Amino acid sequence: MPKDGGIGAATLRREDVRFLTGAGQYCDDIKVFGQASAMFARSNVANGVIKSIDTTAAAAMPGVLAIFTGEDFVEVGGNPAGWLINSRDGTPMHEPKRPVLAHGKVRHVGDAYAAVIAETPEQAKNAIEAIEADIEELPAVVNMKDALSGSNYVHDEIGTNQCFDWGWIEDNRDATDAAIKGAHHVTTLELVNNRLVPNAMEPRCSMAQYNRANDEYILHTTSQNPHLTRLLISAFVLGIPENKLTVIAPDVGGGFGSKIYHYGEEALVLAAAKKLNRPVKWTADRSEAFLTDAHGRDHVTKIELAMDAEGNFLAFRTETLANVGAYLSNFSTATPTFLHGTLMAGNYTVPNVYVNVKTVFTNTAPVDAYRGAGRPEATYSLERVIDMAAREIRMDPVELRRKNFIKPDQYPFASAAGLEYDSGNYDALMDKMEVVADKKGFEARRAESESKGLLRGFGVNAYIEACGIAPSNLVGILGSRVGLYDAATVRVNATGSLSVMVGAHSHGQGHETAFPQVVAEMLGIDPMSIDIVHGDTSKIPFGMGTYGSRSLAVCGSAVVRATEKIINKAKKIAAHMLEASEGDIAFNDGAFSVAGTDKSVSFGEVAFKAYVPHEFPLEDIEPGLEETAFYDPANFTYPSGAYCCEVELDPETGKVRVDRFAAVDDFGNIVNPMIVTGQVHGGLGQGIGQAMLENTTYDENGQLLSASYMDYTMPRADDLPFYTVDHSQGTPCTHNPLGVKGCGEAGAIGSPPTIVNAVIDAMQSGGKNVTHIDMPVTPHRVWSAMQNA
Amino acid sequence: MTKVTMTINGKSVAGDVEGNTLLASFLRDDLHLTGTHIGCDTSQCGACVVHVDGRAVKSCTMFATEANGAEVATIEGQAAADGTLNVIQQAFQDHHGLQCGFCTPGMVMSTAALLKDNPKPTVTEVRTYLEGNICRCTGYHNIVKAIMAASGQDVSAIAAE
Ligand code: FES
Ligand code: FES
Repeated sequence: MPKDGGIGAATLRREDVRFLTGAGQYCDDIKVFGQASAMFARSNVANGVIKSIDTTAAAAMPGVLAIFTGEDFVEVGGNPAGWLINSRDGTPMHEPKRPVLAHGKVRHVGDAYAAVIAETPEQAKNAIEAIEADIEELPAVVNMKDALSGSNYVHDEIGTNQCFDWGWIEDNRDATDAAIKGAHHVTTLELVNNRLVPNAMEPRCSMAQYNRANDEYILHTTSQNPHLTRLLISAFVLGIPENKLTVIAPDVGGGFGSKIYHYGEEALVLAAAKKLNRPVKWTADRSEAFLTDAHGRDHVTKIELAMDAEGNFLAFRTETLANVGAYLSNFSTATPTFLHGTLMAGNYTVPNVYVNVKTVFTNTAPVDAYRGAGRPEATYSLERVIDMAAREIRMDPVELRRKNFIKPDQYPFASAAGLEYDSGNYDALMDKMEVVADKKGFEARRAESESKGLLRGFGVNAYIEACGIAPSNLVGILGSRVGLYDAATVRVNATGSLSVMVGAHSHGQGHETAFPQVVAEMLGIDPMSIDIVHGDTSKIPFGMGTYGSRSLAVCGSAVVRATEKIINKAKKIAAHMLEASEGDIAFNDGAFSVAGTDKSVSFGEVAFKAYVPHEFPLEDIEPGLEETAFYDPANFTYPSGAYCCEVELDPETGKVRVDRFAAVDDFGNIVNPMIVTGQVHGGLGQGIGQAMLENTTYDENGQLLSASYMDYTMPRADDLPFYTVDHSQGTPCTHNPLGVKGCGEAGAIGSPPTIVNAVIDAMQSGGKNVTHIDMPVTPHRVWSAMQNA
Repeated sequence: MTKVTMTINGKSVAGDVEGNTLLASFLRDDLHLTGTHIGCDTSQCGACVVHVDGRAVKSCTMFATEANGAEVATIEGQAAADGTLNVIQQAFQDHHGLQCGFCTPGMVMSTAALLKDNPKPTVTEVRTYLEGNICRCTGYHNIVKAIMAASGQDVSAIAAE
């Protein structure tokens, strides 16, 4: 087969056809015989004692089949945190139980304390309204600083609102302090990384079935990682043995992190399906999504950058308060620590880094990983303070970064924050960025804007992230309760088609197209003869799913390893068929041949022989052609990039418009450039949304004010520009077989500081000495900052 | 229960609905036309857009009874009978105008309505028209590009990568 559909081809996505014709099958599209509906009674206060719940009237309502309260789940386990983090003094973090349904207390608006199962969603909804709950409202803990200083606790039994107080790297603390003390220049910046709601367009949905005949459960659910969900339910929450529970994530309509986690609604529908011996489905409406999907970001940070007289970086020191909300979601303790603190050396040769993170319980929805997860927070702090420092010492911000970049001959590079970067070329990215963005033409464009009475700003940013999550040995030392390998099974069918079962689960990333490109390239066959099987724990090997830009770097590597095993076995079979020794068999373009002869057999003929093993050396080779590989990465991968944008700012109104945006990324090798470009676009949309539009606001009583699309400003088509995206400067990852690094999160990581730096540049160009503004840079904030400057 | 009849994608259908049954629910739950999606509860996201008598309508804001007697078109009726994608659908695939696919039916139906009224829209007109359709995956770049291409305009100047 021609290589056109192999690695590097911009192959159109095969999954698009079903999505474009309405044939996609998302969780809520599945309806089975006898299906009942679940609805949840949710707290409308942020903090309260559940005095009593009277369900008598509700139970008598038409169509009601069962009612559950927290009382029904006191015997089962809690939904755990995936990472156990120790405080600086060595004490373990606090991990309060996160029950299926609230018991004793409700801890955030939206916290579910009861559930009704009824014949129809309307009947369930009506019955919810008939539940009489006596919940005594208590003052809410909302602000993180208040939470740490006060004596009103989200979890009384802990006696503090601090989950842990983490230092990274504690041994670097004194050296960092000393470097800052003795520095020629120190720049200090306090900033807020605004809280976001992920807002996958498909709301969460879970549908459970129970089969009495063999005590088996099937859970269809909106998940980025069905095996992880099953593991959490089996090992921690309900104790259903894994061999009795199948978790299926069908087509998933976006996730961005919010569908990594196990949520109580999944456990509830499973328990209800067993109790009623009927399928039970729950589908969130958008209001529930706002109240209960794990939110993202929400850091308050003070960062200091110390430099010598020439602008060489000497130290970064940060203190961060990170909100974890009312309960620990599965990745919530890893996100502000190992996905954040380890990145605080950025792309720089800085010798000293110290990071302090205090995680704080509040009466708000749980906060967890959202596209980028910790790395956007790190990049934002670094790239904002560097820009500020450049202004203070009157150096060009690009020049200051270049001066401190790790150089290409320094890899592998041990960063001061504890990671070993394997590859990169940050100057090349910056060079390319200046070209594709036409940096030279900026002054002319600025003059043109000014002629219209507008200000124009240029903002730049360099980022590095750690992806391909993650080496199990390393994360084990760091506190992870799981390994983070992935797995693939390559099944060659008797007539030569292939099924590739993968642990990764696409929720928009195009795996059904990209993974076959890899296998087709290796086997020299038509990619359309290869299908991916994913999302169903009864069909796929135990892999950890899709998040952290890991699918191709980790699961793709497992696919490569399994395919190599296929080739090895197929060579043995071919040698037998060709009556040659295995060492003489060459495999090229889908055919096995004997070196120096014209004897050959095709891949398809070998496959057929494997399943119809007549005249087969059964004593030496087993029949069949199916191989599994687990791949555990040796290191993280380190995508990096240089981004810039130009904004136009109307000084009369404070309104900012993004006019141009260029992203130059190093993703290593690229399998499908069309998909990679699309991933960057999507990340940019979300990052620009964070910088300019999105904000999650709780009032002092813990009421979520931004709880619908009327109040939470989602980026729309007319808020965003066209983007210029380039990935020509890739330096292949040195430790995975494809040389790939991951691209899913980059756009969301690199864009927020780029935008804010540009807005500040614009204000400065208008003679206003504004050095900091918090996100989102709304017209009101910009206008006020300019008035006060 | 009220009896409703309407023509959906050229086929006449009938059903019994409550007075408050939304057209979106009638399509999804009664007719199993699950290509029409529900992404919000405040008629903001556009995942549910269908055509009623040739007009783009958010089917989460219309009662099924209000569509009684109407001609309704949904995403399921857009491709040819042999499965060939229509021009808009094909442009979305060609220009990678979708990722998770959840917003896609609404995007395609909105685009069809836009191009019917404005066969050669400008980029600004496209972006403004899409005000009622939210996509969280694509950053809109490739959606706008696909719509421009579907209208027969040259998109080679819009960066591919
Ligand atoms: S579901 Fe109709 S606009 Fe969101
Ligand atoms: S493609 Fe996922 S919301 Fe648009």
